[in-house]
Amino acid sequence: MHNFEYHKPSSVDEAVKALGAGEDPTLVAGGMTLIPTMKQRLAAPSDLVDLSGVAELVGVSDEGDHVKIGAMTTHAAVAASSDVPPSLAALAGNIGDAQVRNRGTIGGSVANNDPTACYPSACLALGATIVTTQREIPADDFFTGMFETALEEGEIITAVKFPKPEAGNYQKFENPASRYALVGVFVAKTKEGVRVAVTGAGQDGVFRANDIEQALSSNFSPDAVDSSSIPVDSLNGDIHASAEYRQHLIGVMARRAVAAING
Amino acid sequence: MSATGIGASVKRKEDKRFLTGQGNYTHDIDRPNQTYAYILRSPMAHATIKSVGVDAAKGAPGVVAVFTGADMAEIGGIPCGWGVNNKDGSPMNEPKHPVLAEGKVRHVGDPIAVVIAETYEQAKDAAEMIELDLEELPAVIDMEKAISGSGALVHDDAPDNLCYDWELGDEAEVDAEFKNAAHVVSIDVTNNRLIPNAMEPRAAIGEFDKATGEYTLYTTSQNPHVIRLLMGAFVLSLPEHKLRVVAPDVGGGFGSKIYHYAEEAIVTWAAPRVGRPIKWVAERSEAFMSDAHGRDHITHADLALDAEGKFLGLKVYTKANMGAYLSTFSTCVPTYLHATLLAGVYTTPKIYSEVKAIFTNTVPVDAYRGAGRPEATYLLERLVSKAAWELGIDQVEIRRKNFIPKDAFPYQTPVALQYDSGDYEASLDAALKLADYDGFPARKEEAAKRGKLRGIGFSTYVEACGIAPSAVVGSLGARAGLFESANVRVHPTGSVSIFTGSHSHGQGHETTFAQLVSETLGIPIDNVDIVHGDTNKVAFGMGTYGSRSLAVGGEAIMKALGKVTDKAKKIAAHILEASEADIEFKDGKFTVAGTDKEMAFGEIALAAYVPHNFPHDQLEPGLEEQAFYDPMNFTYPGGCHICEVEIDPDTGVVEVVGMTAVDDVGRVINPMIVEGQIHGGLAQGIGQALLETCVYDEDGQLVTGSYMDYCMPRADNLPDFKAATTETLCAHNSLGVKGCGEVGAIGSPPSVINAVLDALRDRGVTDISMPATPQKVWQALRAAEMPAAAE
Repeated sequence: MHNFEYHKPSSVDEAVKALGAGEDPTLVAGGMTLIPTMKQRLAAPSDLVDLSGVAELVGVSDEGDHVKIGAMTTHAAVAASSDVPPSLAALAGNIGDAQVRNRGTIGGSVANNDPTACYPSACLALGATIVTTQREIPADDFFTGMFETALEEGEIITAVKFPKPEAGNYQKFENPASRYALVGVFVAKTKEGVRVAVTGAGQDGVFRANDIEQALSSNFSPDAVDSSSIPVDSLNGDIHASAEYRQHLIGVMARRAVAAING
Repeated sequence: MSATGIGASVKRKEDKRFLTGQGNYTHDIDRPNQTYAYILRSPMAHATIKSVGVDAAKGAPGVVAVFTGADMAEIGGIPCGWGVNNKDGSPMNEPKHPVLAEGKVRHVGDPIAVVIAETYEQAKDAAEMIELDLEELPAVIDMEKAISGSGALVHDDAPDNLCYDWELGDEAEVDAEFKNAAHVVSIDVTNNRLIPNAMEPRAAIGEFDKATGEYTLYTTSQNPHVIRLLMGAFVLSLPEHKLRVVAPDVGGGFGSKIYHYAEEAIVTWAAPRVGRPIKWVAERSEAFMSDAHGRDHITHADLALDAEGKFLGLKVYTKANMGAYLSTFSTCVPTYLHATLLAGVYTTPKIYSEVKAIFTNTVPVDAYRGAGRPEATYLLERLVSKAAWELGIDQVEIRRKNFIPKDAFPYQTPVALQYDSGDYEASLDAALKLADYDGFPARKEEAAKRGKLRGIGFSTYVEACGIAPSAVVGSLGARAGLFESANVRVHPTGSVSIFTGSHSHGQGHETTFAQLVSETLGIPIDNVDIVHGDTNKVAFGMGTYGSRSLAVGGEAIMKALGKVTDKAKKIAAHILEASEADIEFKDGKFTVAGTDKEMAFGEIALAAYVPHNFPHDQLEPGLEEQAFYDPMNFTYPGGCHICEVEIDPDTGVVEVVGMTAVDDVGRVINPMIVEGQIHGGLAQGIGQALLETCVYDEDGQLVTGSYMDYCMPRADNLPDFKAATTETLCAHNSLGVKGCGEVGAIGSPPSVINAVLDALRDRGVTDISMPATPQKVWQALRAAEMPAAAE
């Protein structure tokens, strides 16, 4: 790891200010991706702005038709919260291992937009809104590509707002080695209809499976799911799973999610 | 049976320090004024080194020294410990294995330079300033392409990238058997390349004492004397009496810490040059590209059978990957530890085997838990099951029909080994019962109702361990003896220190060996300490691998203990004024037969060191004995592993729902430790069968260079194991022990794959390779469905 300047602000305002300093500053939330990357010397920020001292970024609050989760809320806290929709709590409770869940945060995960992370699929499927220091961004506009988001320089995620769904379920097929999502499918019945988001599979990161959404809108049953229309050349292939296998698994996971919702 | 003697499940003495964080691993050792080394490694699989610019690095903050291959050119290469001859009798091709790369780099991770600095971070920072000018060459990765004669050469002096082309048996003689065969069953198998991943990464500290001229190397080794010999005599030309090698607590080896590695030579060589101790500790990602890998065979085999399913002949053609250089025991793994096991537990009368060892631009490959024997067992047990399916014979019956019967021992196989004892029916029967084989059809039916494909797979195996009779291996090309040493030092008050040439890195020697002493001398186990891992303390010994510690090292201890009790009897006879023939030794007491005259072991010890009343005319004072033991033969553990799997046809996920292992490891000294060894071996076997594989891309980049892509088995990949032992005693050692360290990893992989294939057979799948990942299973199911879909 290269040397860096360390900042530990205690408010969002201080964090924004600290982020303005240095040549190549970066935020660290739980550090579950950034710290290993720095240790491998693949990232070498000049300044590290640690958000762990910003108390206002932590916590879950029930806001009536939606639940608001502070950006620095850990996966473990989300998993344990009774205010969070059960499908989202279950997703959080199955990210990584206990150590990761007690360090990793929703804001860090969403900002990183790892194409194999779980949270982005929940944001898309549940129609979440990403709240930042500058604006509110609908999830549909937020995830712009692999490890890429709509965040501008100096913009900090403060919270994620999830509308409460009628029902939802997340099915993850884990990469046997890393246990990240090889394919993860979040199916939600929302006020705006059925939304299906897929993580782990897309070359551009998380995406909505429109054909499956349409099929489920008219017939919400496992039999209605068909993933074969998702173009194979839009999907990732690697040593663990070819694009064809991922296409197939999207269907399997979606069917299982629908079956779980239907009970 | 005493509570701490042979057969007792004594809790491991060493665990107290391990579980309370008091272990003393190499990285726990800090020497005064120590510096830190970082090794700059090749990012390319194959390249010419145009230049290595180190001036900037030498001037970087904290840097003490920077060395490259040019600086170390005067020292020797890393030697190979076993010479194998070609079919025509000529010696194998043995290119130089430089400590730091000279002229070329030959695999990703090949060491190019070492930076020594005040801190590790400074060394690593400075290494980034080294200007490396490499001209990339085509990489040799695929074994078939490597020997095709058309591609690039890993070593200019190794034509066709061939290390050796070796054979065992008479091909024409075996071909004759095939002419009489009613059936011939053929198979092509790949034994997947594995990365060992011991929990403790390798580490080394080199130190030089200017006053005495003595070098000390602390290292993560399974065999410190072997490292002293190889590095001292062949690489650095240091006299052995001036070189001390210490292998303190070591956190797992699985073979990967047998070998002499470049980093050991680098820190030892550089220590006097920088005038300070030097510590190097591998990062995990370094371990992936610098620890010797395991397995990596491609094999074609043909089995000839008569009309009744009796095996008539076997032909096996193997290509074995050596990697870029010959690691210490790499050459014997596919030959003498592989081809010699091809009879398995069967009476196959004629066997021929050919092995081509091939250089590639990959990390060197060497022995990994089982070493050669898992590869032999895998291809043989896959082939036997395939024959059963093709011929419509029951899985169990084809094995029984061909077993070496229990009254046939000693049994001379056609592939050089003579098995001394075994009872394969007994372990099979016990395993069938433990696995509830009779209940399998009902379980399969029940699984089908849940949409799961259930299969059962068998492996009946034998392996050769207790390595090894020196004269035999010497005649086969080994460049070392394979005896073991032991010293029993009885202290004046009767407590005992045992100095063993074996090395414990997780096996529990400090407990098992102490049980031998407690049993033999009748003293409390707490009065016994086992000392190992330091060439300045222990007599020259060969270390721990090949399931040899108890069968060879334990026997050496028994031999030394025998000398102690013989002498003690003489002392007792003198003091008790009786004839030596009338002295009985039992439960720690020397008694004059038929009288109440007795002396405790401790009293004899005191008399030996305070020899006021002592037979000085017959004996020397003191009570300390040394022994070396060289075994007469290998030992032959064997058994039966039965695996049961359930497969989700939607995803291809294989779940191991049952794993039964009944192993004959000879006499069991500590059943708890044996069970632990078997559990660990089974976990590695299941890991190889379903999860683990090392992948290089065609440019020689290591794709599985971290746990993100290299899949180690975790607890939730494994079922509750059903492990049991049957017992036939080893016929040629006093303890009757055979060895248990490798049986789990040797026996289990084919049982898992046979179970997978049994589950998939109904769907038309006839072959799958290790690891049987979800993707492969799904692809196999889909490929089998294709013809039907096309109709």
